Amino acid sequence: MTITDSRPRTATTPDIRVVRRRLGPGRRIPYAFWIGPLLLLAVWSAGSATGLISPAILTAPWDVVVAFGEQWTDHDLLGNILSSLNRAALGLGFGIAVGGVLAVVSGLSRIGESLIDGPIQIKRSVPTLALIPLFIAWFGIGQEMKIVTIALISLVPIYVHTHNGLRSIDGKYAELAETIDIGRAEFVRHIVLPGALPGFLLGMRFAVTSSLLGLVVVEQYNATAGIGHMITLAEQYGQTDVIVVGLVIYGVFGYCADSAVRLVGRRVLAWRRTLED
Amino acid sequence: MAPDTRGLIAAPAVRVRDLHRSFSADGGVLNGLDLDIAGGEFVALIGRSGTGKSTLLRALAGLDRDVAGHGEIEVPANVSVVFQDSRLLPWRRILDNVVLGLRGPDAAERGRQALAEVGLEGRERAWPFELSGGEQQRASLARSLVREPQLLLADEPFGALDALTRIRMHALLRKLCEAHKPAVLLVTHDVDEAIVLADRVIVLDAGVVHADVRTDRPRAELRSFLLKKLGVREELGVR
Repeated sequence: MTITDSRPRTATTPDIRVVRRRLGPGRRIPYAFWIGPLLLLAVWSAGSATGLISPAILTAPWDVVVAFGEQWTDHDLLGNILSSLNRAALGLGFGIAVGGVLAVVSGLSRIGESLIDGPIQIKRSVPTLALIPLFIAWFGIGQEMKIVTIALISLVPIYVHTHNGLRSIDGKYAELAETIDIGRAEFVRHIVLPGALPGFLLGMRFAVTSSLLGLVVVEQYNATAGIGHMITLAEQYGQTDVIVVGLVIYGVFGYCADSAVRLVGRRVLAWRRTLED
Repeated sequence: MAPDTRGLIAAPAVRVRDLHRSFSADGGVLNGLDLDIAGGEFVALIGRSGTGKSTLLRALAGLDRDVAGHGEIEVPANVSVVFQDSRLLPWRRILDNVVLGLRGPDAAERGRQALAEVGLEGRERAWPFELSGGEQQRASLARSLVREPQLLLADEPFGALDALTRIRMHALLRKLCEAHKPAVLLVTHDVDEAIVLADRVIVLDAGVVHADVRTDRPRAELRSFLLKKLGVREELGVR
């Protein structure tokens, strides 16, 4: 037997093959997410530096950074952020809990469906923000009204997507559950909830964004703290730099929350293989 | 004292009398079918498409609550079904699928043993999508066996597998049935599969038993008899 060279050999034979034109999106671009925002930031900076964007229209990025510093040290920006986050989290928490429970009840029982589904579909077509005047009459202009509004606005996407996810579970799994004689509670735990999870997580992504939308609106009513309160004050004094600070913070909130939901989704949906991977 | 005859005479595991099932008003799928399966007996059910094989199996499994019909069915308390697709829950790992709904502190241990029996030790933590078609079907067999069924109903369990995997699965199923001794009703449209696996082959036609033979006859003769009963003419070189 001869001893052969086991090192990887390069360019021994030419690489000739037939390659089809790619129809899918192709390989991932590294740091793809940041390309768009950075380009936007570059345009904004260039516009401000050349004077094309006047400070009265939109403050220059570096002035926003300065304003951020001032708000932080002199106007308790951290307190405002925490106050807003607290409001959004409370409202979102109630919205998720109620929306999720309603979706499961309405998805699993015909009576539940007839009682719950209609009102929610009707509620969907009424913009929650249009209900604020009514909520002010019911709950006053304090914290309750704000949390109820955020909860209601985030409840709808959770309900719709969880319900849809649940109803899309293949009936053959229910049949399997019947043949192995498991109870209703175990059926919900092992089949309904995991099966509806992809829908629920999609609903979460919409709910998080909706809750921030609700936050922006409710914080304009008689708030004494919060990012919306800060923006409202800045509007009265004509401080566009502070308004932009507020907008950037809302954007960061939204992005972080959405990333968190997607990260959780990748973890808990490890059993799926999709085009995403 | 009366002699204890338990274990001497196999009690009938399945007793079906005058079973009717129909999906539409103008014709029944099952038309007065009678069937007995003894405890521990392996029965294969063959027949052309639409002769009521799956309808009968689903009736025995209690999965036909919305189908019109009447008749008597007696089955043991502990029945397990193996479907053509493995029906593993994609969101549960293999071991969790096998012990789904089992109670008791030793459930996981029993599940592990069942997986070892079907040759899947070491795959307990795998997701169903990571298994090949044959492995998925073996996991679903483990899920049935871990429940120690008195009656195992299998609806074309190997129908979606390739020919080589199928031969290996035949050997496995025979071994498992000899070890656990459930009564088995296997629906298949493969005559050879029926002959290889079963003690008795039943041919279904027009919703009644058309032929009922034991498989202790010479294989070629049996095969040709069953094919004739199925309405297949053997034309070329069968020796």
